[in-house]
Amino acid sequence: MVQHLTRKLLSGMTLAAMLGIAAVPLQASAATLHMAWSQDATGLDPHKQTAFSSLRLLELIYEPLVRVDANLQIVPAIAESWQFSADGKELSFKLNPKAKFQNGAAVTSADVKASFERILDEKTGAAARANFLSIASIDTPDPATVVFHLSQPDVPILTAMSDVNAAIVPASEITAGSVGTKAVGSGPFKLDKWDPNAKEVLSANRDWAGGATGVDGIEISVLPDETAILAALRTKQIDFALLNDPLVATLVPKEASLQLNRVPVLAYHVLQLNPSRKPMTELKVRQAISCAIDRQEVLDTASLGEGKVTGPLTIPSLATDPSQLFCYKRDVEKAKKLMAEAGFADGFSATVIGATGEPPTAAAEAQVIQSQLAEIGVKLDIKMMELNVYVDAWLKGDFDMAVALNGGRADPYTMYNRYWTKSGNLQKVANYIDDTLDSQMQQGRAETDPAKRKAIFAEFEKHLAEVSPWIWLYTSYSYTAQQKNVAGFVPTPTGTLFSLSKVTIQQ
Amino acid sequence: MTYLLRRLAVFPLVLIGVSIVVFVAIRMVPGDSITAMLGTEAGLLTPQQRDALAAYFGIDQPWFVQYGRWLLGLVQGNLGISPTYGKPVLDVILERFPLTLELALLSMMIALVVGMPAGVFAATRNERLSDLGVRIAAMIGQSTPNFVLALLIIYTLSAGFGVLPAMGEFSPLWQDPLRNLGQLILPAITLGFAFAASVTRISRSAMLDVLSDDYVRTARSKGASARSVIWRHALPNALIPVVTLSGIEFGYLLGGAVIVEQIYALPGIGRLVLDAILQRDYALVQGCVLFIAFNFMIVNLLVDLAYVALDPRIRLGER
Repeated sequence: MVQHLTRKLLSGMTLAAMLGIAAVPLQASAATLHMAWSQDATGLDPHKQTAFSSLRLLELIYEPLVRVDANLQIVPAIAESWQFSADGKELSFKLNPKAKFQNGAAVTSADVKASFERILDEKTGAAARANFLSIASIDTPDPATVVFHLSQPDVPILTAMSDVNAAIVPASEITAGSVGTKAVGSGPFKLDKWDPNAKEVLSANRDWAGGATGVDGIEISVLPDETAILAALRTKQIDFALLNDPLVATLVPKEASLQLNRVPVLAYHVLQLNPSRKPMTELKVRQAISCAIDRQEVLDTASLGEGKVTGPLTIPSLATDPSQLFCYKRDVEKAKKLMAEAGFADGFSATVIGATGEPPTAAAEAQVIQSQLAEIGVKLDIKMMELNVYVDAWLKGDFDMAVALNGGRADPYTMYNRYWTKSGNLQKVANYIDDTLDSQMQQGRAETDPAKRKAIFAEFEKHLAEVSPWIWLYTSYSYTAQQKNVAGFVPTPTGTLFSLSKVTIQQ
Repeated sequence: MTYLLRRLAVFPLVLIGVSIVVFVAIRMVPGDSITAMLGTEAGLLTPQQRDALAAYFGIDQPWFVQYGRWLLGLVQGNLGISPTYGKPVLDVILERFPLTLELALLSMMIALVVGMPAGVFAATRNERLSDLGVRIAAMIGQSTPNFVLALLIIYTLSAGFGVLPAMGEFSPLWQDPLRNLGQLILPAITLGFAFAASVTRISRSAMLDVLSDDYVRTARSKGASARSVIWRHALPNALIPVVTLSGIEFGYLLGGAVIVEQIYALPGIGRLVLDAILQRDYALVQGCVLFIAFNFMIVNLLVDLAYVALDPRIRLGER
């Protein structure tokens, strides 16, 4: 055995030497965290970027007023405290006096006001603007106090403010028009170099109000193939990696020196029906589809069981046990009966669209659903598309059914008002609304009592599963992999990498 | 000389044709720079927000106006600005091109050094066991997809030996030649494997043709040694198909080896074009395709000139 290992090691070293390849001990200098991901950030403007990787990078550079922790509780960021008025129409923040931008200037209420005015300005093109439309005016009584006056009670606005899309940027950079070309935030790291689709170099912000960071810097490499990321982890070229593909992630625990972190996320896999197209216009047809789908089988087959069956709400503190929801136990007979009652005893044909590789399980999910729905006579034609082509069709509502991985939020109103309110921006995608859903969302928006909010959203979830405009399938995990000498990373349901600010590399 | 000038005069016409096709084709694909940046969140934009972003990306005008603007810039030597990189398109391309050129040259070198001797060897041992062995190896080389080979190499090296070329940050040749070679040798082998197989097959068949020619028989009957017959008399005449094949393959490689660059995380032209298409960075896609087309035309021209050098009987441009 020893002889075999020695021979293997020697041959490895010889091979490395022959190829001029850096051999095994490529461990980073102790204070720099070497990290890899397969998709790079697409821009530096925190108010405009919505891509997952962009948000993960920008969270390390910029800070919002508040952020959510691993338990989805609101915790301080730039603001050290906050308070809603009794009528829920005024939200005040006290800023942390130690908060400083990376250009050395203190973060003041004027910067907060300028940042939100920029988000609300339609010329900016900030998608997050939709979450802040209740802001009527912003007062800055002193440099450390900001008061948001709201046109209506809006409890979820606080959660929306925890997103990096609501980051506070220096008013001077807004005036100079340099937000997005220069990254000046108040977060734990400064961006020293960004070579798009190749590499980012971050260094610790010594003035960060949150205290000292655990590493001196982070170097992020873009390795488009996740198999290569795993290989780079194996050979210790990198200390930490973000993974998307469960097929790759499940290989990590087989390596003795590596650790896989996984946590259920708020994003959800869903089969979106288009209730504006026949026969999905019929409630019984939608319900039949819901009854005919075995969600656990979709999860097991498409995602190797890496996840959890979910109802519409994925926030752990608010989610209902899925077994309590309509037809979450597969019932083909009931499905056939519903189809017959709707006049479709012989089934029908439809097309389901999906984005290639986004998520990596999309095609497999569509195939499992195709075979399950065949049992009730529904013939599905699967059409996989390049992501942008898919997004274009999705935004136009140009599909019969769509396999999707939709983002989650820490608050159900922020998560779903775009789809399930009468004024929702994505009503043309959801193509379904009724008075009950709309009124439940409005009640949930205004209610400040957590217990009453929970009850409202439980009813909302139950009703949504019953009317089945979409068939919620499962939530998957967010995966990060690391060397075992990396300590202090806390995975969270939002997928944030913010806790890299406190990560250390042990020798 | 007249031939050369005539060929060069055609270049701008071909490039304009290519640019129109690319310009129209990329805009016909659903989705645009806004959906590429925002994904499904683009649905949250108001019409005014969408207009503001369209103006930012320069897609707020009809396509022919955009094309006119772009063409005007091109005449002035300006390929536009890439919104993704925030830099002139030409600068971005020229940053990536050395890697692609080096990778293409290395792959071609591997292909020629391995493929030609193997082809000649097989031809001289026609229908013998060793010929069969070379032909089988060449067939395996041609039929193995390069992504399979790349993944196999990465897996074997990392899992079996614990080594891997440094990935993520590419070191240019002039900065660190050893590290540069370490990063490029495996991708070059991956690309060179199939390329070498093609060269082997074409060299073998060309040599077989030439070896049955009268002048080879004459050389043999005059007592020329077997080595002299093969390397001095036969090989130069068998080179033309090899040059043609190498030229075409080299031209393709200058356009970037997308899959190999993706797997080995090399920031070359192939990955640049792919990312530009996915991010709907129109200026960059147009610039890259134009650059690739230009390279291809140059390579074709050089191949034609190489014919003359290899066979003085060929007169280019004569009717």
